[in-house]
Amino acid sequence: MQWHSVNEFLAMGGYAFYVWGSFGITFGCMAFELWLLKKRSQRIAQAVKQEAF
Amino acid sequence: MKNLDTKTSINWLKYASPKTFYPLAGKLIPWCVIGAVGLIVYGLYIGLFVAPTDFQQGEGYRIIFVHVPAAWFSMFLYLLMAMYAGLGLVLNARLSYMMATAIAPTGAMFTLVALVTGSLWGKPMWGAWWVWDARLTSELILLFLYIGYFSLQAAIDDKNRADKASAVLALVGAINVPIIYFSVKWWNTLHQGASVSLMKAPAMATVMLKGMLVMAIGFWLYSIAVILIRVRCEILERDSKAAMFNLGL
Repeated sequence: MQWHSVNEFLAMGGYAFYVWGSFGITFGCMAFELWLLKKRSQRIAQAVKQEAF
Repeated sequence: MKNLDTKTSINWLKYASPKTFYPLAGKLIPWCVIGAVGLIVYGLYIGLFVAPTDFQQGEGYRIIFVHVPAAWFSMFLYLLMAMYAGLGLVLNARLSYMMATAIAPTGAMFTLVALVTGSLWGKPMWGAWWVWDARLTSELILLFLYIGYFSLQAAIDDKNRADKASAVLALVGAINVPIIYFSVKWWNTLHQGASVSLMKAPAMATVMLKGMLVMAIGFWLYSIAVILIRVRCEILERDSKAAMFNLGL
């Protein structure tokens, strides 16, 4: 374990904005991609239901 | 004898048909998701808690745990997309084109992530968000190639023609990938050289390398899961009527 306190961990040795920004953007983009795919699957499921009847 | 042969051999071509591929992909997705979540959490644990502070770059270096895997997959997924596109042209197989189409958005996402996280690294370390260095410029061209690929597909109404035209673009653009990879060797770039390569021992602490590799495998499983979900959407959208009958939906 590298850290002595939560604050020290959050501060990232003064690089907080850059480190947390990078991690946030990476996982934010992945989550956004999953959300778009979920929307797309729902749209298809709706269309399939409508075509079936 | 002939009968026996046909019975024992697996018909691999069977999986080239969207109809058989659809349920197979469905079975693989949950396993990839579980693996991706587990490895990414473990990779984050190593990257944020176990890996020591870098003696030159302080804590700022921790960006590499997302930047490097994202950059690897931006290039690797491009090559995979070009390979499927090429396979589509050679075999005229619809599923190959669908795979290429499904890979492109994830590849573009990782390219964007690599560029933005690189920029967030460049500002504190180099003092600039962006420089026109060979590595950065060729990675930006990669993003434009991905964008060109989907724009071309969207611009042509006839799906078959759109697939063929964009496949040619994907194949021609593949030349950019080795340029990105070797740019740090061929030109005098501000971007540092490779710390990990197949040819020599890695120039970094083992625990840092481990964190990066665990994260990379996590990103790989994430990519497989997302691509399989997207290719299933593609299959349903392209021939929804035919697909509904075949899959009993």
